[in-house]
Amino acid sequence: MSRTKEKTSAKSSEARPHKESTRLISTESDWTFDLIEEYNQQIERIAKDIFHLDCYPVQLELISSEQMMDAYASVGMPIGYNHWSFGKQFVITEKNYKRGQMNLAYEIVINSNPCIAYLMEENTLTMQALVIAHAAYGHNSFFKGNYLFKIWTDAEAIIDYLIFAKNYVAECEEKYGVEEVEDILDSCHALMNFGVDRYKRRAGETLEDEPLIQSDRELMLQHHVNELWRQLNIFEPEKREKENKRIPPEPQENILYFLEKNAPLLKPWQREIIRIVRKIAQYFYPQRQTQVMNEGWACFWHYTIMNQMYDEGLINDAAMMEFLHTHTNVISQPDFDSPYYSGINPYALGFKMMMDIRRICEEPTDEDLQWFPDIANTDWQKTLDFAMRNFKDESFIGQYLSPRLIREFRLFAVLDDDSEETLGISAIHDDGGYKRVREKLSAQYNLSNREPNIQVYNVDHRGDRTLTLRYYQDKNRPLSETTEEVIKHLHRLWCFNVEIETVESDGTKRITHRCPKPGKEDADRD
Amino acid sequence: MAMIIDRRLDGRNKSAVNRQRLMRRYKQQIKKSVSDAISKRSITDTESGEKINIPAKDVKEPIIHHGSGGIQENVHPGNKEFSEGDQVKRPEKSNQGGGGSQASNSGEGDDDFGFEISKDEYLDLLFEELALPNLVKTKVAAQATQTLVRSGFSNTGVASNLNLVRTMRRAKGRKIAIASPYSKRCRELEEVLKQELDKKPHNEEKIKGLREELSLLRSRIEAIPFIDTYDLKFNQFIPQPKPITQAVMFCIMDVSGSMSQATKDIAKRFFILLYLFLSRSYEKTDVVFIRHHTSAKEVDEEEFFYSRETGGTIVSSALKLMRDIIRERYPTEDWNIYAAQASDGDNWEDDSATCRDLMIDSIMPYLQYYAYVEIHNQEHQGLWREYEKVGEMFEAFSMKQIRDTGDIYPVFHELFKRQEA
Repeated sequence: MSRTKEKTSAKSSEARPHKESTRLISTESDWTFDLIEEYNQQIERIAKDIFHLDCYPVQLELISSEQMMDAYASVGMPIGYNHWSFGKQFVITEKNYKRGQMNLAYEIVINSNPCIAYLMEENTLTMQALVIAHAAYGHNSFFKGNYLFKIWTDAEAIIDYLIFAKNYVAECEEKYGVEEVEDILDSCHALMNFGVDRYKRRAGETLEDEPLIQSDRELMLQHHVNELWRQLNIFEPEKREKENKRIPPEPQENILYFLEKNAPLLKPWQREIIRIVRKIAQYFYPQRQTQVMNEGWACFWHYTIMNQMYDEGLINDAAMMEFLHTHTNVISQPDFDSPYYSGINPYALGFKMMMDIRRICEEPTDEDLQWFPDIANTDWQKTLDFAMRNFKDESFIGQYLSPRLIREFRLFAVLDDDSEETLGISAIHDDGGYKRVREKLSAQYNLSNREPNIQVYNVDHRGDRTLTLRYYQDKNRPLSETTEEVIKHLHRLWCFNVEIETVESDGTKRITHRCPKPGKEDADRD
Repeated sequence: MAMIIDRRLDGRNKSAVNRQRLMRRYKQQIKKSVSDAISKRSITDTESGEKINIPAKDVKEPIIHHGSGGIQENVHPGNKEFSEGDQVKRPEKSNQGGGGSQASNSGEGDDDFGFEISKDEYLDLLFEELALPNLVKTKVAAQATQTLVRSGFSNTGVASNLNLVRTMRRAKGRKIAIASPYSKRCRELEEVLKQELDKKPHNEEKIKGLREELSLLRSRIEAIPFIDTYDLKFNQFIPQPKPITQAVMFCIMDVSGSMSQATKDIAKRFFILLYLFLSRSYEKTDVVFIRHHTSAKEVDEEEFFYSRETGGTIVSSALKLMRDIIRERYPTEDWNIYAAQASDGDNWEDDSATCRDLMIDSIMPYLQYYAYVEIHNQEHQGLWREYEKVGEMFEAFSMKQIRDTGDIYPVFHELFKRQEA
């Protein structure tokens, strides 16, 4: 039976132009190493020679579903230090998988050189091809080309750094006890999102040098901290007055960095652990800012490459149907009133935007000519490449979201002011609304909009060493209740009083959070 | 050129350490969960894992994010009827539509964090609760006797184990091998002889020489021994540990009004442990539940642990019933009989002496082991003193007073010490 089927499909493909049915790689749905290799060669040829994607070398790793769950649990790090929270993640993943509530993602890809892409054993051959195109060439070229990844991540050294981190944490556990280390890690994880630099501090050592200089750093850091706090004991008042500089001299938004450098009582190894968490947070920072672009880019390329393979007659109708079925699921966008709605699907938005840019380049409408005169009728490959390299989600949407897509998604903006009875519809997909919808969606992807703006403001270094953080409140949005818990972790690292001062839009300040909790009199005073 | 690496055979349990960390961190909660589970499970159910629930608030990892409130503006897809400037009612909290992205920020809901632990992990926690040292745990798993099982062939052995087929096969092979140069030569000579015989006239001398050589070769072949010592193959048997066939465990418990649920729970753990020991040592383990107040009755497990009775206590009624059941259903030549009795020590004063006599005359001689636990904090009563006399006569009898779950172990210590000897 299957043989006849093959024949008919071969015949029908002969009828189409450009088809060379003899080149069909396989009609099987089970993969073998040889077939994967052949697919990979073809995909590589298409990606590099036809579409000029610039990629790191590719390393494909075949893994089982259990191993995929392991990879999930360690948030995509191929090597992670040990911590209970990864165990929790694993247990959750395992439970959901066993209940059949979720399919494992088809792919995990590591931003490293060579770029490691995992292929899951259970996938069909077509799915493996899809993953290779999506991850090993799509994401891979994004990692290599996007400016944020270039600035903040070091694909050459990340694996070595993760090994260093794992070993260092394990050594500390041996020396100081698992619980001691766990406490520090818990606290660091709570502050992880506030452990990233948003602007390049300086061109420092690379991750590669990290292990080598680690021991020197221990000494240096401690020395630095000692210097800082020695001022307390200086006996010459004039000199002290003169040196009465603020700590920190300027507000510091990287809280973990500040603690690593300045917390008075931490031991050198504790500072190193803070540093490890901070470095890893920084490594993931670009990913958090480019989700739409990164997934959109990868989806665009798996779609384009698979179609190219089909056109060249490398895969048959059956494989193409299977691919399209999966692809359609991945890029589906439920409406806001659907029970499946959970925000905008970055795969859907990203993919549609990439496709749209290509369309504007190739077949612009009058509207496009008016909105995107710079890219209409240009070489789509160059234009897309430029977009991939020089933007993050926020600016990408601000730059490229077209009225046509706004109409297609039927996007609308909702203003939710808790002082009003009702929600207001502030913009919809009409002539007056395109620009505002686009601005608002763009702002939605601005990380500093999504995360509260908190900075280390002052240390009372001549008094009781109280650490004051400032929360610059925007649009009256309060901090979440979990802040109470997080400030305890902050207190554990700082070891003295910690308070958060909320600065409202009109400039009024008040202390909103404190650890340890103030006594009775203090509370009355507030 | 891409590298393709097969990692499927690499360790699958990368997360095992982290999972253990999770277990260690939440030991208190997990233990509580296991304790709750014990009261729900049947004591014979030691083969499955257990579902653990930890309150969600305990495992949350807090981070700072925006709370709800203030002014938020979000973009959503799928507009159908809204126009700019419309005012719409705030959706219900549970409804995700239009509500904003906060739902995804707060992570998992408030449901308990639940996960499964394996049978081994469950038993570990159970053992830990009972404060059993490792030594005893391995003892529990150890098996008692050995049997011989077939295990391939060997070159040495006793004649009765000779494997004829193998031996003859080897002999045949050896004969063919040793004879082969002779037979080859034979065939050649026969060929030459035939040619000679066809020639006319016969070269009589040559034919004679050929015939002589042939008969010499044939006698050589004949001389190869029919069977040689190194042809011999024997069936091999090796000893393998094998559990003793079957055991029956009698659980006897006083259910009179004086036994509280807490006391019963302690008793239940004791029974679980004994069952565990037996089920690991024996292929088949029966459990008989006998409960008693003034009269005894054989019941199922549910009734055994959870139904309440009031009234006085006559222990001998249970012992009599047990004796009868043994006689009827568990002949001692086929069954190893164990019994565990839990009581708060109360007994009808005149009855204790009867108990002693019953034990000495018609129960203890047939039993592997009898464990009596008294769960209370007060002075011992009549039954304890009478049982002490039984203990003096039979080594297989042990009795202990238990105040809380941690005390269960010493009773077992006795049991395993005895096994060692």
